[in-house]
Amino acid sequence: MEILIALIIGLLSGCGVYLLLRARTFTLVLGLTLLSYAINLFLFATGRLVIGQPPVIGATSSPADPLPQALVLTAIVIGFAMTAFAIMLSLRAQAELGSDQVDGERP
Amino acid sequence: MPLLFAILTPFCGAALTLWVSRRGRKPTIFSALGVCLLAALWLAPLMSDVFAGGVKIERLSWIPMADIDLVLRFDGLGLLFAQLILGIGALVIIYAYYYLAKEDSLGRLYALLLLFMGAMLGVVLAENLIVLLVFWELTSLASFLLIAYWRRNTEARRGAHMALVITGGGGLALLAGFVLLGQAAGSFELTTILHRGDAIRAAETYPLLLLLILLGAFTKSAQFPFHFWLPHAMAAPTPVSAYLHSATMVKAGVFLLARLFPVLSGTLLWNWWVGGIGLITLLLAAMIALFKHDLKGLLAYSTISHLGLIVALFGIGTPLAAIAGVFHLINHAIFKAGLFMAVGIIDHECGTRDMRRINGLWHAMPHTAILAMVAAAAMAGVPLANGFLSKEMFFAEAVSVGGQMRFSWFLPAVVTLAGIFAVAYSLRFIHDVFFNGAPINLPKTPHEPPRFMKVPVEILVLLCLLIGIVPQYTVEPILAVAAGAVLQGPLPEHDLAIWHGLNPALFMSLIALVGGLFVYLGRQPLFAVHARLEGRLDGRKIFVAVLDKISTGAGRLTAFADRGSLQHQLALLLSAALCLGVAGMLPGPSLLTNLPPLLRIDAVSLVMTLVLAAAALKATMSHRQRLTALILTGAVGLILALIFVKFSAPDLALTQLAVEVVTLILLLLALYFLPQTSPRESSPTRRLRDLLLSLLVGAGMSLLAFAVLTRRSTPISDYFIAKSLSDGGGHNIVNVILVDFRGFDTLGEISVLAIAALGIFALMQNLKLAGLEQDAQGRAFDPDRYPLIMATFARLLLPLALLVSVYIFLRGHNLPGGGFIAGLVTAIALILQYLTNGVVWTRQRLPAAQTHPLIAWGLLIALLTGLGSWLFGRPFLTSTFGHWSVPLIGEIELASAMAFDLGVYLVVVGATLLILINLGLFKTSPTARERKPWKS
Amino acid sequence: MIAAHGPVLPLLLPLTVAIILLFLPRRAQGLTQGLSLSGGLLQVGLALLLLRTLADGTQLVYRLGDWPAPYGIVLVVDRLAAWLLLTSALLALCALIYALAGSDRQGRHFHVLFQLQMFGISGAFVTGDLFNLFVFFEVLLMASYSLLLHGGGGLRTLAGLHYVILNLVGSAIFLLAAGLIYSSCGSLNFAHLAQLMPGLDDAQLALARTGGLLLLVVFALKAGIMPLHLWLPAAYAETSAPVAALFAIMTKVGLYAILRLSTLVFGSNAGALAGLYQPWLLPLALLTLVVGGAGVLAAGRLGRLAAYLIILSVGTLLTAFTGGAAGIAAGLYYLPHSSFATALLFLCAGTLRRLRPASGDQLVADGDLPQPLLLGGAFFVAAMASSGLPPFAGFIAKLLILQALPQALVWGVVLLTALAAVIALARGGSLIFLAASGTMALPRGGRKPVPKTSPWELPAIGGLLLLIVFLTLAAEPALKFTQASARQILEPAQYVRAVLGGS
Repeated sequence: MEILIALIIGLLSGCGVYLLLRARTFTLVLGLTLLSYAINLFLFATGRLVIGQPPVIGATSSPADPLPQALVLTAIVIGFAMTAFAIMLSLRAQAELGSDQVDGERP
Repeated sequence: MPLLFAILTPFCGAALTLWVSRRGRKPTIFSALGVCLLAALWLAPLMSDVFAGGVKIERLSWIPMADIDLVLRFDGLGLLFAQLILGIGALVIIYAYYYLAKEDSLGRLYALLLLFMGAMLGVVLAENLIVLLVFWELTSLASFLLIAYWRRNTEARRGAHMALVITGGGGLALLAGFVLLGQAAGSFELTTILHRGDAIRAAETYPLLLLLILLGAFTKSAQFPFHFWLPHAMAAPTPVSAYLHSATMVKAGVFLLARLFPVLSGTLLWNWWVGGIGLITLLLAAMIALFKHDLKGLLAYSTISHLGLIVALFGIGTPLAAIAGVFHLINHAIFKAGLFMAVGIIDHECGTRDMRRINGLWHAMPHTAILAMVAAAAMAGVPLANGFLSKEMFFAEAVSVGGQMRFSWFLPAVVTLAGIFAVAYSLRFIHDVFFNGAPINLPKTPHEPPRFMKVPVEILVLLCLLIGIVPQYTVEPILAVAAGAVLQGPLPEHDLAIWHGLNPALFMSLIALVGGLFVYLGRQPLFAVHARLEGRLDGRKIFVAVLDKISTGAGRLTAFADRGSLQHQLALLLSAALCLGVAGMLPGPSLLTNLPPLLRIDAVSLVMTLVLAAAALKATMSHRQRLTALILTGAVGLILALIFVKFSAPDLALTQLAVEVVTLILLLLALYFLPQTSPRESSPTRRLRDLLLSLLVGAGMSLLAFAVLTRRSTPISDYFIAKSLSDGGGHNIVNVILVDFRGFDTLGEISVLAIAALGIFALMQNLKLAGLEQDAQGRAFDPDRYPLIMATFARLLLPLALLVSVYIFLRGHNLPGGGFIAGLVTAIALILQYLTNGVVWTRQRLPAAQTHPLIAWGLLIALLTGLGSWLFGRPFLTSTFGHWSVPLIGEIELASAMAFDLGVYLVVVGATLLILINLGLFKTSPTARERKPWKS
Repeated sequence: MIAAHGPVLPLLLPLTVAIILLFLPRRAQGLTQGLSLSGGLLQVGLALLLLRTLADGTQLVYRLGDWPAPYGIVLVVDRLAAWLLLTSALLALCALIYALAGSDRQGRHFHVLFQLQMFGISGAFVTGDLFNLFVFFEVLLMASYSLLLHGGGGLRTLAGLHYVILNLVGSAIFLLAAGLIYSSCGSLNFAHLAQLMPGLDDAQLALARTGGLLLLVVFALKAGIMPLHLWLPAAYAETSAPVAALFAIMTKVGLYAILRLSTLVFGSNAGALAGLYQPWLLPLALLTLVVGGAGVLAAGRLGRLAAYLIILSVGTLLTAFTGGAAGIAAGLYYLPHSSFATALLFLCAGTLRRLRPASGDQLVADGDLPQPLLLGGAFFVAAMASSGLPPFAGFIAKLLILQALPQALVWGVVLLTALAAVIALARGGSLIFLAASGTMALPRGGRKPVPKTSPWELPAIGGLLLLIVFLTLAAEPALKFTQASARQILEPAQYVRAVLGGS
């Protein structure tokens, strides 16, 4: 199972990076989203994989490591803010530069 | 602190003079002269002591720990230079008053001159080498402004820039040299350094520090090969040249040699470097001077040549030579200042400085002519003028030292040759200008200048003669103390008489005089030769070429690195991360040693994983079909939520789900304003590179992830698990961490959310965007923007959704849920209203959803909850809780943390709404699309 | 108050001000400005108080939520942190005053964002927790995005876009690194990490090393260290003058993080990972200097020139930080000076852009400026200061740096890049301020007559000038303080004890 998750993380980050390197704002944002999925999953993975033991007192005897979950939760929200800003910025770029090419001019 | 005040007076005086200059020219000159006088008065009382051989040290603490204090030193050398600087400065000020045209600002010139004067005084009165360096660089800056006084004149600016770059660069070399010297001597203060001569000469850094210090001195004193900046500094007004290039700026380098003479001299290295450079400069400049048609050009090269002479004397290194050096330094300062002023007068009267046109001025201005001739005679080294005496000493030294060398004739021959040329160009100056037929179409008809314009020249010429005729009574005392300070020891036997009997030196002088005459008479062929060599080895050209080369090189480098391309930068960033990541993983044993037992893979997870992988890959491959890619990405996000569920992270799952939905809505709305497809842009090679990069990153991530998943270390979270209920008052550990253990993170995080919302709000102000007319398949959109059924449905949904969010919020502290998720759910419910009923409609119906206040209140509540604990003398964000039972919801506990969570809730709602509403408020303008792409 | 809550005050103050400003209606312009300004003033006062409290070498540790370290988040203010707090507060105040001249009204929420920016910067300086550092990086980045784009305009938007995207990826790397550190050590608290480092087994070591180096990448991006400096020139040159002036401190945040981690977490007693950054820093520093020098020579606009001067100062600082206690002390003394000097240049560029409608801050001759003595003088001083010419602090700092690093290569690079700065600044300055060709060229359809320097710009520029001079005159006490700070951070055990208590 660990191998599976590790592969997913690798795959997501790989796809994310590839999309990041495209020259269009929208694609770029998609890339960022994928990358942040990978990172969040990674951060989550630092708590190891535990099945059926949510970190809620009383629900289980040995709950999963709650700290990574908290960190990931924070990371998700911050990531959302960042993504939102990026996409809005790309709209502004579209409006001001008449193009969504990240370097301003069409090749 | 008289010395300090003497230095500060000109600096303050500059400001004063500038201020006075509004009240006309007369007050200006008086204030300027007054400043010089005041500065002199500060020093006057100390002079007797110095003449008695004393040294006045003055100390003002600045940075004792770094051995950099404002320490000043008033000894013979300082006294001599102070006299030159102030005396000639005053004369220049008088002279400039008549020289400067009415439309040029006298105040600015005087202010700059005074600035320069102060800096120069600082150099010669400094005891601490670092302080000396400070003033040294200030002289460079002041001279930059002085040379560029006629600021509209391109030549002037170029010359100034060149002077600054070369002397400033020299200053940097000097900095390095002084640091080494300080380390070798154990102090930056001259008193110490002057006594550590042997230690310093023995230090293994000696050659390097000598080289660096000489670099500083030679650049300043315009020694070969740095001499070329000086002629181009002649673009300055003549008073400036008279000041900078006779007594002050260029003498600073020579001064430094004199200052450090006892420490650095006395080695072969010194003799060869200093003496050699001095001789080369002396000879070369003397030759060039003969061929300059520009009067100031001639004087410039003669200045360089004489500086070479002085440097050569110090390079010879014998005590007598040093005395001669100091002596010639004085003489040159006096006659060269006079000559520059005379030339200035001629320029002023004729409107040109070209000797091929200025002839026979004898009839026009006999008075000036006589003055100029005497000064020129001194320059040539004619008996009865001061120049003769020091040159005589120079010849004598050349003979005595040359005698000890293998080619005993070589040194005397060289100096005599230089002497010949000196005589020749002096002759040319006198004969061409004042005799040699009649003037050739001058712009002006020359006649004697205003009476007082000549006074400074007269004073200087008088000095020339007095020193030349009765040196014992005039110059001897000051020379003695100055030379004493240079040698730091008893003066050897020397007498400044005109007649030393028939000795080689006298013959050399005669040869020089006669030879010079012949050279001048037979100059035509020489001119032809020079004309051919002209510009072959122009230092200025080389300098400019080098500078251009450097600039273009720098431009290329910068352009190469900074392509203004985001992908380029991203690639760099990712590669950097990859490199250092690998660098971190490589050493040591593999990450994959002694694995713990792994969880077995069940079918469901496998399928899920495959679906996720498929979706991610498809999204990547079909990224040009943006809608498809977007939806697939959303799918990935949803599966992620499922993974969180599976691996016991319900809070994460909920959050991921909610965020996913909001993000999707956002992206969909955004896509409406963006191109639906992206063209195929990047070349195959680029795609290959990117593919490689992403593969490597992916592989690295997988490896790390696997290592992380199989690591075994005892995390701090056991504490949270233990304390969550007892001290945190909540069953849901994650939530307790968020609002309590690490509540400060959350505070920062909601601020990020708030900032993002506000930033986006600011970003979207008066923005015009064209929406789509049709979808990717070219089908037109439904004209009915708010379909009725959906709208009603959404309105029914709203209260339900709000209820759910309240429930999620309240249970959050004990069961999965909490402020974030509740906030997001609320936000989604409200957004649904906006989507289905339009922004305006919703705004009217839901005044509560005014986003800015929501955010503000949220932040405020969170902040106040945190501050509340101060009342109980606890740190920020300390929480407390108690339990209440509420019907229906059951036993809930109200923790102060929940108030904090409420703040979170409000911020999330407000921010999310604000972000999304902005998209709904665009004034779409159909023209926006036709606008032609912006070019960088 | 300072003793009890000192470390958290410089964070809560700007946050509170920001929240209050958020409640104010848009038309309450004067009130907003007044509040924001007084907030800036208070921040300076706070920083001074903290500085005084720490004079005796204590480290204020603040346990948020009253949770014991390493479980809760701690804020730690030692000499280093206080020094940087003061620098940023002073810089922010001057930038704020300048902004009142009008650029704060070019867009919405300038003052709120500005205060929140300060919240983020201060947080990054005082936090003692890795993930909390991440959060505050996000806060200050988010605010900087908005401030950078404040006012809008095509080029600015583009520069902003690049800046944002790059830093988003940077944040991702930061999270990755934080995860690696957590998984290897099981903690996030700096002091605790420092304590745990020596006891790691091999597999954990590999993870921790990787995490540490990835953090270096992130900080290098923030600090503008070559080759990750490319976002900086465009961003700083295109944004509005006061924001650029404030951003003069932003690169220092990255440098601060590098210094903190390299001395504390990967410091002398970190076992196998001791001196993890050392082999990288000096080469990077020298390369950064070279790149900066080249950029300075190549710049065609004053804003760009100043931006590359920032890169130069980054290189200089990084060089200094490799020079042991003496080097660090010199560097810390150089840090505020270089920030003030470059900020001053940015402000000059901004005023220039306003005074010369046609040619802006390009390094070309265009007409006589109104009040040439004021602006020219300010530029002259700024140029001297930022190129390290005497008598200003930069010169003394460079001198001490040379003394701390007696290596021919370092000396050569430092001095030659300084010469490059002199060349470029002299050339540009003489073109703009000396070579004036009569009257100013107005843009096509030249509009209203050229305005004079506004009443708000002068105090800002004058304030920075005063700061530079003061730092030079007060070199002795300042250097004493920075030396004490250097010694303090090179004694990580002290920090660890202060945070975790016990032995």
